[in-house]
Amino acid sequence: MKRREFLRKVGFAGVIAAAVSAGLSLPKRAWAAWNQQAFRSKTTSEALNQVHGSESMIDSDKIFMKAPDIAENGAVVPITIQADLPNVESISLLVDENPNPLAAHYQVGKGLRPYVSTRIKMGKTSAVHAVVKADGHLMKATKEIKVTIGGCGG
Amino acid sequence: MSFSRREFLQVMGAAAVAGLVPGTLRASQHSANNPYDFAKFGNVSLMHYTDCHAQLNPIYFREPHINLGIADMFGNPPHLVGEYLLKHFGIPANSPEAYAFSYLNFVEAAEKYGRVGGFAHLKSLVDQLRAERPGALLLDGGDTWQGSATSLWTNAQDMVDAQIKLGVNVMTAHWEFTYGAERVQEIIENDLANVGLEFVAQNVRDTDFEDPVFPAYVIREINGHAIAIIGQAFPYTPIANPRYMIPEWSFGIRDMEMQERVNEARDEGAEVVIVLSHNGMDVDLKMASRVSGIDAIMGGHTHDGVPQPIHIKNPDGDHTMVINSGSNSKFLSVLDLDVQDGKVQDFRYKLLPVFSELLPADAEMTAYIQSVREPYEQQLNEQLAVTEATLYRRGNFNGTFDQVICDALMQELNAPIAFSPGFRWGVSVLPGQPITFDEVMTQTAITYGTVTRNELSGEQIKTILEDVADNLFNTDPYYQQGGDMVRVGGLNYSLDPTQRIGSRISEMELDGQPLDANKNYPVGGWASVAAPLEGKQIWEVVSDYLRDKKVIRDVEPNLPKLKGVENNPGIVL
Repeated sequence: MKRREFLRKVGFAGVIAAAVSAGLSLPKRAWAAWNQQAFRSKTTSEALNQVHGSESMIDSDKIFMKAPDIAENGAVVPITIQADLPNVESISLLVDENPNPLAAHYQVGKGLRPYVSTRIKMGKTSAVHAVVKADGHLMKATKEIKVTIGGCGG
Repeated sequence: MSFSRREFLQVMGAAAVAGLVPGTLRASQHSANNPYDFAKFGNVSLMHYTDCHAQLNPIYFREPHINLGIADMFGNPPHLVGEYLLKHFGIPANSPEAYAFSYLNFVEAAEKYGRVGGFAHLKSLVDQLRAERPGALLLDGGDTWQGSATSLWTNAQDMVDAQIKLGVNVMTAHWEFTYGAERVQEIIENDLANVGLEFVAQNVRDTDFEDPVFPAYVIREINGHAIAIIGQAFPYTPIANPRYMIPEWSFGIRDMEMQERVNEARDEGAEVVIVLSHNGMDVDLKMASRVSGIDAIMGGHTHDGVPQPIHIKNPDGDHTMVINSGSNSKFLSVLDLDVQDGKVQDFRYKLLPVFSELLPADAEMTAYIQSVREPYEQQLNEQLAVTEATLYRRGNFNGTFDQVICDALMQELNAPIAFSPGFRWGVSVLPGQPITFDEVMTQTAITYGTVTRNELSGEQIKTILEDVADNLFNTDPYYQQGGDMVRVGGLNYSLDPTQRIGSRISEMELDGQPLDANKNYPVGGWASVAAPLEGKQIWEVVSDYLRDKKVIRDVEPNLPKLKGVENNPGIVL
């Protein structure tokens, strides 16, 4: 049985959804040092400086970003990031063309597998960066995700 | 006046001498000239048709004279038209093959060589090839359930039954999804399951956990060899077509997952891996360069009838054959493989045009098609008007049939501008012939055909044109959606396909005046993907217009002024 069917059949879908939406507000309260300035930054470079104190980083082929080439729905663009790097401290997601480019920031605790899967909102076509801090160094992988008005195909 | 079968065979004989048609010299002149009479090769055979768009009866289909390739696609198949295409593939001018593969001398050739396709003729060909190649599989690349009045009115049932009668073994899909998720599942679980017709698509996942919705592949045995067929549905279905019809399914190209499925199939013992694809040819070519272990991609979506496979080197250094088999049941691909020691050693390939004058009509299929149409015959055969022009759709910009649709929208909705989608399906009508309701439906029959009249600002109009142009001319095929440019009525504009999004469209003018970015203009259209709409359907609007006109005289398609296309062999003006 597929997970979607399982949840539907046992009637958990609503419960899970409620838990997820409750969970969404948790980090704000739990993360004492909620970096409001970073999340309100208007540019990618400003956001990076707020989060990491630097915007200089190198491209890494050890960071894998799975994301659609063209978004099916700009309101929920699924993105998965995996970093095959030692001592990962954090993973940030930035969308250049969003009004506030910093879409997510994950602090990765010791012993955790550096793997995150999330959904972000995108207003228009943009470069999306997965920025990973590992061993004190900043590295990134970038992918263009197109947001289109649709229709008119084939 | 069509050629007699004898005359046709004589012409084919000349073509065979020219080295085109695979007629080995045999005792019987009849056999030597018959393009469908050729030696079987190897021990594993696959047949493939795609994008038939529910055309059960033989039709005319004019191939494009504009099919531009830009960047790496410049000058490469499938972006070759007319003489460029004939020259590249060594097809003699004025031959039946030239009629099938190019737009050249279309009207004259159509009158000489007749209609193409049709399921009764296709059935005879499939049966003949199957008899010669025991165990051969028939693959259907999708876009089978949509494109005619009867497919729309029977909720795809006429085509599902036709596929079963034809003997399809494996299919994938695109327009099938526009009947909604529930109907697709119902057909798969009942009609297809009952006859063992497999529906495969590795790139359709549910939206919350990305669990697979359909089997990714099937492994079938042909003469003792294990053959994997992996399905690839149209990757941008929820974007190009209404997402609300399949709200819980997510698509995408997913070439990393394709590699995983190829590896899995090989681990399970597949000696041959075939991808049954609805990517569109440019996407197929790129995918072949990024995924290893596929012997052949048999593709469709962009309606390219490409006479020979294109060989693409993949990451592990081997090659993948990319095949695209045209549209409208006009062609049947035959891929013969010699499989020895667990791998493909050699192959033979042909893309056979289905000439309805040359192939007998299968009696049972003919009777079936008649039974499908019988309840609707009067409505289908209504002659709405007579055309003095050749009516066709296919090409990057407005075809003449699109122009009629745009003119109908502008007149019937009282709008100075019309947009009609850049679909690649829809049959052609020859000059002097009546335009029937049946033919209008080949251009318009969709499950979301409601017409719209919106007030759009000049800026919004520019945004739409730029967005659609980028879906067609993005330099990276993975960002293309495989349709042609939106058809535009009333508005004149310039287009440079070599520019980037935002800079391709310029000089937009209405009645000689520049379009004002801040002013609103009424725009007539149809096929909105946003939400279900009540209202008049596009075929009603076009029919009203045609009944009113009675005769369609010169139709001048409203083409954009093109820039940056000098020396491009994908265009003849």
